[in-house]
Amino acid sequence: MDVKGGVRRFFEASPPLTLLALAWIAFMVIVAFGADFLAPYSFTALDLRARLHPPVFMGGKWAHALGSDELGRDVLSRLVMSIRLSLLIAFFGTMIAAAFGTAMGFVAAHFRGKVEAVILMLIDFQASMPFLIIALAVLAFFGNNLVLFVMLMGLNSWERYARIARGLTLSANEQGYAAAVRQLGASNLRVYGLHVLPNIASTLIVSMTITFPETILLESGLSFLGLGVQPPLTSLGNMVGYGREYLTRAPWIMLSPAAVIVLSTLSISIVGDWLRDRLDPTLR
Amino acid sequence: MTALLEVSNLARTYDVRRGRWPFARLATLHAVDGVSFELPAGRTLGLVGESGCGKTTTAKLVLGLLPASGGEVRVGGEALPAAHSPHWRALRRRMQMVYQDPLGALDRRLSVGRQVMEPLVIHGAGSTAERRDKALAMLDAVGLAQHHFDRFPHELSGGQRQRIVLARALILDPQLLVCDEPISALDVSIQAQVVNLLLALQQKLGLAYLFISHDLRMVRQVSHEVAVMYLGRIVEQGDPDRLFATPAHPYTQALVSAIPTHGRARKRRIVLPGEPPNPVDRPAGCAFHPRCPHAVERCRIETPALRLLADGRRAACHLAEQIA
Repeated sequence: MDVKGGVRRFFEASPPLTLLALAWIAFMVIVAFGADFLAPYSFTALDLRARLHPPVFMGGKWAHALGSDELGRDVLSRLVMSIRLSLLIAFFGTMIAAAFGTAMGFVAAHFRGKVEAVILMLIDFQASMPFLIIALAVLAFFGNNLVLFVMLMGLNSWERYARIARGLTLSANEQGYAAAVRQLGASNLRVYGLHVLPNIASTLIVSMTITFPETILLESGLSFLGLGVQPPLTSLGNMVGYGREYLTRAPWIMLSPAAVIVLSTLSISIVGDWLRDRLDPTLR
Repeated sequence: MTALLEVSNLARTYDVRRGRWPFARLATLHAVDGVSFELPAGRTLGLVGESGCGKTTTAKLVLGLLPASGGEVRVGGEALPAAHSPHWRALRRRMQMVYQDPLGALDRRLSVGRQVMEPLVIHGAGSTAERRDKALAMLDAVGLAQHHFDRFPHELSGGQRQRIVLARALILDPQLLVCDEPISALDVSIQAQVVNLLLALQQKLGLAYLFISHDLRMVRQVSHEVAVMYLGRIVEQGDPDRLFATPAHPYTQALVSAIPTHGRARKRRIVLPGEPPNPVDRPAGCAFHPRCPHAVERCRIETPALRLLADGRRAACHLAEQIA
């Protein structure tokens, strides 16, 4: 009876769909960390005698469980490495966006006046330009390398964090806990680091779960266009992009990375929804 | 002897736009306009007036949370240092604030104990164990139990939250507490408890209060002196019993007549015509004249100064003697 009640409470607190999403994310993280051990072949190893082998579920052999591409490279191995790179880019991109955006929001709310006006203008500028165009321009001018690419992903959507952080900080500063603590004589570091940030963190974390899939999709889109991750490195979007040419003859080349993109972004969105409910202090 | 708090000719103006257009004419809003008072140690000054008359702005100016546009605030004979300077931080130990909305003033992610100890941490006073002991003692002093130490603000009632705000303000042993509408967000039954607590703490610790409220009866109960504000200026100031029994300024008369009374001794209520004017468009002469039932020609031209009346009160009215 008690066990049953416990099980029910557990599933009420975390519905099955959320559990599946969490499990998928955990699986992706494990794959990303264990990529070197999980990949059966090197992701660049050619096997020209085994070109365009179908995957197991389409009548292929276990030697290439997810098939092989036009150069005989193992799709599973490439997929594993792609997951690692795509998650890395999305993770650091999101982190950079969140850190930079939140800092800008704090600066705007703290200094007000001209500083705030300039930051708000930057925010509006960023929000009004399609980021894909900005990314294309930057990559075209500066060439492409991984560090620049990750930084660029970080530039995407910083304005959202800046807006959230600024708005919430303003209200806290005006008539609330931040004003009270500042009145006690606390330093700015203390006010923002110890009081404002923990209080707005839940909102920021939830928007990170929205940005994260967007970054994956943006990376995929740019790689698909040939401007993202450059061969021989491989990413999910990159695989989809090159697999497109064999869509009719060997759909499995782009099928598995596409499925991973869809499942990962969906999972993170579901977890984000769930987190929003969990992190709201008034609901606890 | 110098008073604990001396405020002379304090003013705060804001530049505002008339209308919504970006090139609209600029105007000056006088939120607080030449306010002066003294508050000796261990006494209470009540500051009353309707919403928007500059009470809260005065409180913020006194604490140095807003820079003054004119005039001076002196604490213990020393001029108030610039906000957020090291000297200003040190002064926080002597003057603290109590807020209208206790839930808003508390950080809902930190436990009660950590928040009460925070002023000690900020000012680097005592070791961790000493801070804890002091916080527990302070919780006891404001009527909370030891087990409240690990609770969170949203788990407590409104009165308990206001007690936490008080405990946090008092833990540095200040001499002056600025209470900005400390009871107006509380239930009537809890208001009395908090007011009694404030009075008991004053007795015990010798605190001075600047007590801001629009509840005249509460102000009368706690104050040694009352100042009535209208449109950023003090219009009448003096002993609470005398001021409420025989108000000298027509605005005070209207305020006092609006206090609900019981029994048949109810006097006629004075209903003021119109709204309080926009502080941007301060009427010339006496700011109160458009709504004043006694206004004469002189009131439209000459601004009355706050002057001493025969019974030791001060009022800013040309006709104070005739009216009272």
